[in-house]
Amino acid sequence: MSHHDLVYQKKNLPESLKKLGFILVAVGLVLGIAGFIFDAQRALFDYLLAYVFIMSIAVGSLFLVALEYLAGADWSTPIRRIPEFFASFIPVLLILVIPLLLNINSIFEWSHKDVTSHDKILSGKSPYLNTTFFIIRTLFSIGIWSLFYYLFINNSRKQDQTKDQSLTGKNNKLSAIFMPIFAITITVAAIDWMMSLEPHWFSTIFGIYFFAGSFVAALAAVTLATILLKEKGYLHPKMTNEHLFSLGALQFTFINFWAYIAFSQFMLIWYANLPEETYWFIGRWGGLWSYISLGLIFVHFLVPYAVLLSQPAKMDPKRLKFISIWILCARVLDLYWLIMPQVHSAKAGALTIFFEFGFLVSAIGGFLLIFYFNAKKQNLIPVGDPKLEKGLNFRL
Amino acid sequence: MNANKLFGLTALFNTPDELVHAAAKVNELGYKNYDVHTPYPLHGMDAVMKLKPSKLGYITLSFGLSGAAFALLFMYWAMSIDYPMIIGGKPYFALPAFVPITFEVTVLFATLATVIGMLAFYFKFPSNSHPLHDTPYMKAVSSDKYGICIEADDVLFDFEKVNLLFKELHAQTISEVYFPAVERTNIFEPKFLTLLVLIALLTSGATYVTLNKLIYLTPFDWMMNQNRVNAQSKSLFYTDGFGMRKPVEGTVARNYIPYEYKGLAAPVVPLSNPLTPTNEVMNLGKKRYLTFCSPCHGNLGDGDSRLRGQFPNPPSLHSEKVRGWLDGNIYHVIVNGQNVMPSYASQLSRDERWAVIHYIRALQKAKNASPSEIIEAKKEISSNVAP
Repeated sequence: MSHHDLVYQKKNLPESLKKLGFILVAVGLVLGIAGFIFDAQRALFDYLLAYVFIMSIAVGSLFLVALEYLAGADWSTPIRRIPEFFASFIPVLLILVIPLLLNINSIFEWSHKDVTSHDKILSGKSPYLNTTFFIIRTLFSIGIWSLFYYLFINNSRKQDQTKDQSLTGKNNKLSAIFMPIFAITITVAAIDWMMSLEPHWFSTIFGIYFFAGSFVAALAAVTLATILLKEKGYLHPKMTNEHLFSLGALQFTFINFWAYIAFSQFMLIWYANLPEETYWFIGRWGGLWSYISLGLIFVHFLVPYAVLLSQPAKMDPKRLKFISIWILCARVLDLYWLIMPQVHSAKAGALTIFFEFGFLVSAIGGFLLIFYFNAKKQNLIPVGDPKLEKGLNFRL
Repeated sequence: MNANKLFGLTALFNTPDELVHAAAKVNELGYKNYDVHTPYPLHGMDAVMKLKPSKLGYITLSFGLSGAAFALLFMYWAMSIDYPMIIGGKPYFALPAFVPITFEVTVLFATLATVIGMLAFYFKFPSNSHPLHDTPYMKAVSSDKYGICIEADDVLFDFEKVNLLFKELHAQTISEVYFPAVERTNIFEPKFLTLLVLIALLTSGATYVTLNKLIYLTPFDWMMNQNRVNAQSKSLFYTDGFGMRKPVEGTVARNYIPYEYKGLAAPVVPLSNPLTPTNEVMNLGKKRYLTFCSPCHGNLGDGDSRLRGQFPNPPSLHSEKVRGWLDGNIYHVIVNGQNVMPSYASQLSRDERWAVIHYIRALQKAKNASPSEIIEAKKEISSNVAP
């Protein structure tokens, strides 16, 4: 191997990716809109599911970027562009949220003044759960995420040209400011978009539950993209499978973390056995929902745990690729379990399943497109980052 | 030093890079029994030493799984079979409640097995020492140096060759390490075993004395032990041997007026209610009625309580017979009982019985009032209400 071969050369992603992205978006939208005509309320919840899925991966990726700066990690520097690309979905959320904000009345029970005024609990919660404050919170959260996204990414891109080391220092400071703000905004987003679907119910651990699932899904998306890009030779040729180890280890950690939080939430409610808390779980135990509730334990915890347990498994691209797709599906299942039991639509049947995941297909297409257009403009490696060389030489 | 055997030759380096380079070279030359020692884990070392993933993980996994199985089975046996107990209204086998304990036991088994496995693999248990322990070399690599040691039992080991190799690699210090031909710390040494037995005896003795004697010592008992006859105890003074004496015939307890027609069919002299039906008396009567009478006679005296059908049906208090009774007759039934109804003399005091009778009379009146009486009562109520 001569030294000359081991230099990163930028290559554009294939046009077929763009085509696939557009097809997925179009097919998904057609399915979703057909679902809307068939059953408008259910389709809104399907849309909400896709929206939250996008949000959890985009915001989780931004968290991963900030985490690298905050922890001073160098192993992840060669792949940092990948979570950066995923995070670029955040500003788009401002547009995607509009259909939901226009239909607040069809989604959230607490938005109906005539209902809340007759309900002691809901009228007690109305200083927080009211339409105006809800919209303010939503726009504020997305706004603040977008702001930090631009600040991080601007510095990162500038560094590609200027090779200015002080930009890394700036991002380090930004990440320290971002973390506590992120903790609050993601909790608010979780409470607003999922917990308040059942406004009488509450769980103080809900924000962390949502964060745990979001971060593990973002890790899975980043791992999957890393392996696919590395296989096709879009990343730096000096990267080895050992770079995948930390991604695999983080996935393993946060799968455990998710299970820990999910179980903590369940056990306290189950043990205290207070009717105002248990009915949320009991509602998820009727009919076929019990299979989804129990299935979550296997799909979101036991299977990824067993697959990722050994050290070689965390570095094996084949296995990581499989488990990353698996975890992304598990994330959809988790969100489905959180959101869909709140649909109170009379129309249900085999046809709904056909439309159910239309918007989700669009979301996947959206991620492909965002990736394609970002990769066209930018390097897939932060070539100016002072930590890059050390990161590339990372070995176990 | 002649009695000691050569363990190996060690070399110290100033930087991690030098050590990684040295380890790569040593591995390349084909040495098998060598090891590196660093103050912290070095990235890349596993690769140059061509180390395979440790087998220790299998011990951790198998003991972790047995820990989980043991905890679950033990809790199942203890909580569901041997001593089933309902706790917090949960089933005997309350899996979610067992999960935290299962988790703890899993971690306990796994970590203990890992530590013991390490001792067994690397120290050749029961030996608990290593020739490199307590050497200047080990002290150096525990602070700021990076060391490599090639062991003498390697087939390629040759003192001069290794020495030369280390010099070529620019080692800062090269030193040989010896270990005694007879192992110093033998765990089956009689002295050591005696010590173990002594510690065991001392610990269990101290535990026994503490738990069985020490905590039962009374600091002082000046008031507890007195020269007196305790309630329910034997007396040596009285001829019948009872410490407690019977009261004199005809003794009446304080605030207790006995009922003189007890056991008779009806009171000989008609009794009248001594209480005035004030608000307080009515409320007391209602409370006592709902506590003691309503389980059979029903909340409104209809004899329609939840016990209906399980006993001979309790009679209604609105029958012609009961309405025609004098207050004294009701009082008599409360004290004496009637048919299956037992005496309520011990549950209800004298005043409470009369209060209950007032309440029963009110119930009867309410149920059987004529329209004119209702109009009268309404007038009275409205005139009582403050304008």
